[in-house]
Order: sequence, then structure tokens, then C-alpha cells
Amino acid sequence: MTLAAFAYQRPRSLAEAVEAMAEAPDARWLSGGMSLLPMMKLELAAPPALLDLSGVEDLRGIRDEGDFLHIGAMTRHVELARDPAVRRDAHLASLAAERIGDPQVRNRGTVGGSLAHADPAADLPAALLALDAEVEAVSARGRRALSVQDLLLGPMMTALEPDELIVAIRIPKHTGHRQAYTKVPHPASGYAVVGVAVAIHEEGGRVRQAAIAVTGVALKAFRAARAEAVLAGQAVDQEVLAEAAGLVCDGQDVLGDVYASAAYRRQLAQVVTRRTLEGLR
Amino acid sequence: MALRGQSVPRLEDARLITGRGRYTADIQLAGQLTALMVRSPHAHARIRSVDGDRARALPGVHAVYTGQDTKGVLNPIPTAWLPPGSDLATTDHPALAWDVVRYVGDAVAMVVADSLAAARKARDLIEVDYEPLPAVTGVTEATAPGAPLVHEGVPGNRALFWHAGASTDEVEAALRQAEVRVRLPLVQQRLIPNPMEPRAAVAQYDPSTGKLTLWATSQNPHIHRLLVAGVLGLPEHRVRVIAGDVGGGFGSKIACYPDEVLVAHAARELRRPVRWVEERREHFVATTHGRDHVEEVELGGTRDGILTALKVRARANLGAYLSTAAPGVPTILFGLIVNGAYDIPHVAVDVEGVYTNTTPVDAYRGAGRPEATFLIERLVDRFAREVGMDPVEVRRRNLVAADRFPYTNALGITYDSGRYHAALDRALAMLDPGQVSRHREEARRQGRLLGVGVSTYVEMCGLGPSEVAGAVGFQGGLWEHALVRVLPTGKVMVMTGASPHGQGEETTFAQLVADRLGCSLDDVEVMHGDTDLVSMGWGTYGSRSTAVGGGALSVALDRVVDKARQVAAHTLEASVGDVVLEAGRFYVQGVQDRSVAFAEVALKAHLAWSLPAGVEPGLEAQASYNPTNFTYPYGTHVAVVEVDPETGDIHLRRYIAVDDCGPRINPMIVEGQVRGGVVQGIGQALWEGAAYDRQGQLVTGSLMDYALPKARFFPPIETDALETPAAHNPLGVKGVGETGTIAATPTIVNAVLDALAPLGIHNLDMPLTPERVWQAIEASGWKAAAGGQGGVQA
Ligand SMILES: Cc1cc2nc3c(=O)[nH]c(=O)nc-3n(C[C@H](O)[C@H](O)[C@H](O)COP(=O)(O)OP(=O)(O)OC[C@H]3O[C@@H](n4cnc5c(N)ncnc54)[C@H](O)[C@@H]3O)c2cc1C
Repeated sequence: MTLAAFAYQRPRSLAEAVEAMAEAPDARWLSGGMSLLPMMKLELAAPPALLDLSGVEDLRGIRDEGDFLHIGAMTRHVELARDPAVRRDAHLASLAAERIGDPQVRNRGTVGGSLAHADPAADLPAALLALDAEVEAVSARGRRALSVQDLLLGPMMTALEPDELIVAIRIPKHTGHRQAYTKVPHPASGYAVVGVAVAIHEEGGRVRQAAIAVTGVALKAFRAARAEAVLAGQAVDQEVLAEAAGLVCDGQDVLGDVYASAAYRRQLAQVVTRRTLEGLR
Repeated sequence: MALRGQSVPRLEDARLITGRGRYTADIQLAGQLTALMVRSPHAHARIRSVDGDRARALPGVHAVYTGQDTKGVLNPIPTAWLPPGSDLATTDHPALAWDVVRYVGDAVAMVVADSLAAARKARDLIEVDYEPLPAVTGVTEATAPGAPLVHEGVPGNRALFWHAGASTDEVEAALRQAEVRVRLPLVQQRLIPNPMEPRAAVAQYDPSTGKLTLWATSQNPHIHRLLVAGVLGLPEHRVRVIAGDVGGGFGSKIACYPDEVLVAHAARELRRPVRWVEERREHFVATTHGRDHVEEVELGGTRDGILTALKVRARANLGAYLSTAAPGVPTILFGLIVNGAYDIPHVAVDVEGVYTNTTPVDAYRGAGRPEATFLIERLVDRFAREVGMDPVEVRRRNLVAADRFPYTNALGITYDSGRYHAALDRALAMLDPGQVSRHREEARRQGRLLGVGVSTYVEMCGLGPSEVAGAVGFQGGLWEHALVRVLPTGKVMVMTGASPHGQGEETTFAQLVADRLGCSLDDVEVMHGDTDLVSMGWGTYGSRSTAVGGGALSVALDRVVDKARQVAAHTLEASVGDVVLEAGRFYVQGVQDRSVAFAEVALKAHLAWSLPAGVEPGLEAQASYNPTNFTYPYGTHVAVVEVDPETGDIHLRRYIAVDDCGPRINPMIVEGQVRGGVVQGIGQALWEGAAYDRQGQLVTGSLMDYALPKARFFPPIETDALETPAAHNPLGVKGVGETGTIAATPTIVNAVLDALAPLGIHNLDMPLTPERVWQAIEASGWKAAAGGQGGVQA
């Protein structure tokens, strides 16, 4: 469990980072190292060079931008969990960040790293999907924005180009939405067997907007569109919630493994969704 | 104030928790080389060739060893437990596979290089040409007709067959006559020990003296010395084995492994120190596993709950080779105590040991006794259900009563002492029926099922009388040695044959010394784990170190005091019979002002200016203590669990452990052992389980998928103790290293099945994962029957 040799660079600015990547195209970005370093130790990845992003000031900090929160890619899970603005305007992101791994992992792991790593059982992708968050990415070719929905392609697969780097996440403010994240952790890995993120906005006793996102269940985190549709416009009662929950895995190829078969995961996702929704009432 | 009975902080902790421990992997010697193993990726394959030439040609590579290189140079690794009458089919266990690999992880080659990086590179260049063969991983398939053979010379893959107790016919007859009989198919799944410190070995050979020093993660360095000397063909006195700080073992560091002898061999050949450190993922495949039984068990008794007959048929998966103690674990350590704490007149046990293409199975915390306890505790619950009695009441009616000790069970084992009913009463009092009903009501309202599980276990440990060791085929003694050396300043060095690796004997033994000699803890150093320092020892396992090692220490202390008393009497000009030792001073009885300090006596003994006639200079004594019986700790554990019927999730609500391990020298350490054991036992019940696929690949090969218990999984564990002295050892202690593991597994499973009993679910295989529980609930048709009440209502 020792690392093979690799080159290491710590750029001091975004421009420097992008330039360094252009010069060493096989290099990998290093943020918290909580996913990348274990993969290197297990010889699942062997990048010749690492570009450590911890010195890039532009990737840090959480800013209020009117209708949005701007969250620098290097924001640590622990900061996301505790930040008062995030807790107020995008509570779901804090709730999910709180449930990641253990204190050491939360102290090192970053928002950008988690999204770029795209583990199908990671917590943040579900929360950020439910919050309709957007990712800002930069490369030598320039800057672009893409939704988290478009970012996540599959297990450990994203729409980022190899040389592209996540600079920040932009989350539309969800102030006043009722939000919850429920996670059933795997007893060994601590990752989600099922994780359900819910944000609901009600007006006059009716659901105006319902967002339900699920992680751990399929090859990537997804929005439960049919379940959301059941809730939309409804005055919510027990029956409606149960109906919505029953549709949470609709259209998904549910994963099965040694610990939890597809049938069981589906059941768990439904029960967890129903209880999460009930808990918000 | 006596230190015995005090929870003094552990003396080892300061160094261990500040990173100053000296583990094997910390050893750094000048010129030290690094070894890595090439392990088989196949569960079963013929080796066509191993080509190390490209690896050897790399800069920094000193050697590549293969099975063919070492054949005839290294003797096969022997098995050290040969139960008589068991038709044991031993086979050659080469350190490096000769022609056939028999499990994923079987070592095929070893590379030795200047650095880890060079060794890694070289390892990748070693080409092994395998011809895969069909593999078997479970006992059922391995014993099926026509199954592939793990060893060509072992038909039916049957490694051993062992019978104990009455004849099967007699027990069958008793079962036929029984008013009620219950039967359970039980699977006690395979576990992977995972101590915090993986294994490691560092070897150094001194060509000028011909002496080999081996630092190894060992629970029993003297046994390792014997076995390593044998495998390498070295004289025993030219081998020194040192087990420094060892970070846990749970039985997995008893065995002599290929890696250790290979490192020693390389050090001898290359005349350079060689170091090997196991990686965690290597540990999963290359260190012995535990348990792995498939059983059919049957219990009979009367309608009013009196047990009369027990029949056990167990098939034990021993893996690909017979590890050091493996044959004794599912036989002697299991079969002789299957009746547990109950007086059952007719008992028969059949055990079949089976070879499979899996990692060898050997002792794992409890070793055999958890398996025995699980089956009887599960059966008693099943029986109670069948006769419609409270499982506690059935236990009460069958527990051996306090006035029946010494009690000899139907398998010939004599339990020395116990107050089984008292432990049960104490645990039930802690449980508090009122609180249980409140919890039950609360759970019901929230749509959960509450269950209470009990286990009234007894175990056989403090291994053990050497005569018995011989009679049951253990190829060693089970006595223990201690040496107490008092220095001229009165400071004390103790050398014990026990080899603690987390159990805290450096503290408990120092407490015993300080009490006996009247010095402070700081005046005592307890040394262990070095065969050149400690005269002899059989090591730490089987909860034996305090009972047997402490026994030896106790006798040695008596001898030191006897001699010091003679010197003191001479000094005080009194007769020896009148001199007493109290709080570190010798007094003439009844004359308070005539006294001399123990330390002063020690000095006089060393100076030898004036000693009584016939007394030799110096002040040290040794003792070899050979116990006359095993010890029998026992107790009652109770668990309260809640099952979520919609998810199958199990919530531990309470856990109560009342144990009697005899007088507790250090209650804190005892509690630590109990708690650690309990969580490990619950680990088996709820989370842990090694799984192989059909090809023999271990699919639970990392801590990402093999679930070890975590602190946050548990409620506070409520403990209490009875202290009934063992009748036959000097300290009266019984051992506590394994009790928790032994008691907890059935306690939890009984609790879960109690919760599920209203659904007609009476048996489940471990680990009780949420899915398994949910599937059983689904299959029970519970939801339909309970209608709208089934779901959890908000
Ligand atoms: C013991 C443990 C438990 C864990 N438990 C959980 C859990 O329960 N839930 C959970 O969600 N996660 C868990 N994780 C993962 C953790 O959240 C990681 O921190 C996260 O997945 C990756 O973030 P990082 O900053 O550490 O990324 P790194 O490991 O540094 O990088 C991960 C990948 O992303 C790339 N990358 C990093 N930053 C950027 C960027 N700004 N732009 C583009 N690419 C980038 C890297 O090149 C690499 O490919 C756990 C990790 C560990 C070690």
C-alpha cells in the first residue's frame, strides 16, 4: 500500500494550474486526495504527475451571489456542512456533507473532488442534483458551465475533459424549502447503500416544487422524475407520499451487489424516500 | 492498599498511544532488504513454470525464490495439533507452492530487493504460468461425490473425522425417546481476523555465530522458534524469535506462516537482514481465517423443559492446508463443550474436517468454543419455543447448579466451579422487565419489532493441563514459565512465557508483583516475547496467560519471598517462621520495631557478605506452572434489539454482559476484554462474513466490503461481574480474553429471532444483514397478514 513515484506540482493560480496541465497532459488534479490517493495506493490509478490545487486561491471560499451561492471547488466537506449561508440557503448540501465518511475525510475531501470523482454512491451528487446546482469548469480552451445532471455520466465518469478543472459549484438558493438527506451507509465502506435527498417548496398547502435525488442505487445519482411529478401541485397526504415513494426507482437499472440485491435496494429506496418525505411534513 | 482489584491504567498505553511502540515493522537494521510475495490469483491451478529471470536482472534485486528453489531446502510447515483417532490426513505444506497452488493467496514466489519500489517492480516481472484447475470452496461441494480434490492423496477432501461422547446410536435412541426434539441446520460463517497490525517478519542471520534472529508478529515466540528451526533445519538454540509489541492477533498470529520462514531463509542465504510487512489486502487472503462450520444439530428433552440428548454433526472448512493448530479447533476446543452450561446426559459429536481451495482456517478468538456455544444457545432457544416455555426458564431448569461442582459433562470435561444461576439472575435484574415492556410498547407504536435474547454460556480455557494437551494430540506443553529477578536495589524484572499482544499483562503482572513484594508498579518491569530472554513459554491464546502465566508468576513470587524471608530472618536475628512480609518490609511477628525493607534484603542477598548457612547469593526464582485443569469462565449476556420490518435493519437497543472470570486483578482491563470481545461477537452475528465466489475468489477482500464492527454501531455495553475463584489455580482467575466473543454471537441472534418469532421465523444464517432479515420477513407473508398495520406509520 505504498505509492509509486510521481511528479508533483502546486500551482499558485488558476492560470498557472491550467498551464501546468497543458504541459503535462497525463497529470491529474489533486484536491483532498481522499479518493485519488487510495486509488493510487491500490494501483487502480498511476498518474505520472499530480497538480495539487490547494494553492489556488480562486478555488476557495463561499460567496453570496444574489440568487445563487458560489462555492469554490476546494471547499472542504466540513466547511460545507458548517457554513451558515449554506445551511440557510442550500441546507441539503450541508446535510449531505455532514454524512460523508468520517471527520478526517470531511476535513480533507472537497466538493470539487467529490463531483469530479463521481462515485455512484457518493453523497454530494444527490444533494447537488436535487438543488439544481451547476458546475463551472475551466480549461485552456476557456470556461463553461454545466448542470450537475449533465456532469454525471456514470460510475467514475463525468463530462469533464481530462484537462478540465472544476472551479466552483453554483447553487440556486433554496431558502425556505424543506430539505432532508437520509443515508443508509454500507457497514464496511460507509458509502450510501441508498441516499435520498429531498427539497420541497410548498405554497398555500400545495407542493410547488419537489426535487428528489437518489444516490447509491444506480450507476449514477439521479432525479426521481416520476416521483416528483406525483407530488407536484398536490396537497400532500400519506397516500400521495407513499405513491411518490413507490415510484422513486422508476426507470432505473437498480444495482445489486453482495451486500444488497437490486430487489432489496429498490425496497430500501422506497422506504427511505417515504420516510424522508414524511419527516418533512 | 493492594493493587490487585484496582483499575490501574495500563502501563503499556503511554508508549503505544504515543506512537512509541516497537512493532515488528518498526525494526530497521543496517543493510536491510525488502521482501514481497507473489501470490496465486487462482484458487486451484497447476504451476507450469515460474520465471524469475527478468525480475532477477533488475537493478536492486537480490533474489527471487520459487517453490522449486526451496523444495528440499526448506522442510514443509508442520501441523502442531494431531488429534488422536481422527484419521488426520496431513499433507505437505510447502512455504512456496511446489507444483500446485491451492488457494487465492497461496505464495508462489518471493522477491527480495533493496527497496520496496524495486521489489514491486520485480514482482510485476515474475511470470507464473498457471493451468487452472476446478476449485471447491465450501464443505458441501467439497464433500460431494466427484468433487475436485484439493490434495490428490486425500479422497473426498476429508482432512479428519472425529467423534466424541456417547455412541451415535445411544444418542439417537435418547432423541427418539425424547418428548420433544428440535433440529437446526446452522451455518457459522467464515471470519477474517483483521487485528489492527497485520503480520510482519524481519530476519537477520549472523554468519559468524550461525545464529538467526527473527522478529515476528507472534502470539507464541517459543513455538515459532521450534517450528522455524524445524522448517529451516537450524538447531533450536541458534534461532532467536522476538515478538516485540504486537498489535492484536485474535489467534491469527499463533500459526507458523510461509512468509516468516521464507524471510528467515532469505536472510540466511543473502546474509543481509530481510523485512516483510503484510499489506491489509494481503492479510485478507494470506492470514488464517476463523470459524466456517456447517452443522446439523439436534436437541431432545421433556415437555417440561428438561434437556436429555444432544446430537451434533459439524463439517468444518479447514481451507487448503492444515494450519498450525487447525485440527484441534473444530474438534477438541469445540466438541468437548457442546453441551455448554447445561447438564445434558446424552451427547454425541461428529466432526468432519474438510479441505477446500480457500485460505487455511485456524484459531480465531474463542476458537471452537464460540461455535459450540452458538449451537447450544440457539438450540435451547429453539427448544423453548417448541415446548412453549420462556427460554430463560428452560435455561434455569438445565443449568448446572452451584452445588454440583466439580461437574463432569457427558464428554468427560470437569467444570471446576460456577454460579450459573446467580449470573443469570444478576443479568435479568439489570435488564429490568419494566423497562423492557416500555421499550416494547414504544417499538410497537413505531412499527418495529422488539426482541430479547439471552445466552448463558460457559467456556473452557486457561489452556491447560499438559497431560491433557498430550492426550488430545497437541504437540506441545501447555504449562507456563516465569522468572522473577530482584536486582540489588530491590527493583524487579519479570520474564514471562506469556506473550501478551494487547491483553495488558505488563500491567496486571506488575500489579501482582507490586502487591506481593510491596514495591510500586514503577519498580517492576515485565518482559516477554523474546526467546533468548525468557526461558520457555507456550504463549498467549486460549485465555491462558493470567490463569497459567500468572500462576507461574505467583509460584515464582512465593519462592522469591521465601528466600528473602530467610535473609531477612538472618538480618533480624529471628527465626524464619517469625518473619512476615508486609507492605514491603519484613517484620518479626509481634515486634513492630524490628524490621527490614525488602529492598535492603535484596541488597544483602546480592552482596552476600553475611548470608544464612545454605543460602545462595542473589535473589531470583523461577517457576513452571502446569495447571491441573482448564478454567471455566461463564456468564449471562442479554441483548435487546429492534427490527425494522420494512428494511430488515437491526437496531441494538441494549447489551448486558455479566461475566465471571474469577477475581479481577484489573477490572478495567477485564472490562476492556469483555467489551472488545462482545463487539467482535456481535460482528459475526450482524456484519462480518467472508464470501468466496464459485471460482474461489474472495469477494470480501477489503475493509470496503468486509464489515468490521465500528464503535458507532453500539449502545453502551452494560457490564457486571461475579467473582467466583477457580478452585485449582493459585490466583483463582479463569481468563477473559474470549468470553465476550463466545457469548455475544448467539445472544444477538437469539434476540433477533425473538423479535421475529411472531412471524414464524425460527432460524436465519449469519450475518443477519438487513437484506437477509427483510427477505425472511417478506417470505413469512407478514405484511399481508398484518394488513395496514404492517408499515411504519408516521
Ligand atoms: C475513508 C473514506 C470514506 C469516505 N466516505 C465517503 C462517503 O461516505 N460519502 C462520500 O460521498 N464520499 C466519501 N469518501 C470520498 C470523499 O468524499 C472524497 O473526499 C471525495 O470523493 C473526493 O474529494 P477529494 O477532494 O478528496 O478528491 P481527490 O481525491 O483529490 O480527487 C478525486 C478525483 O477528482 C479529481 N479532481 C479533484 N479535484 C478536481 C477539480 N477541482 N476539478 C476536476 N477534477 C478534480 C482528481 O483528479 C481525482 O480524479 C470517502 C473517502 C474516504 C477515504
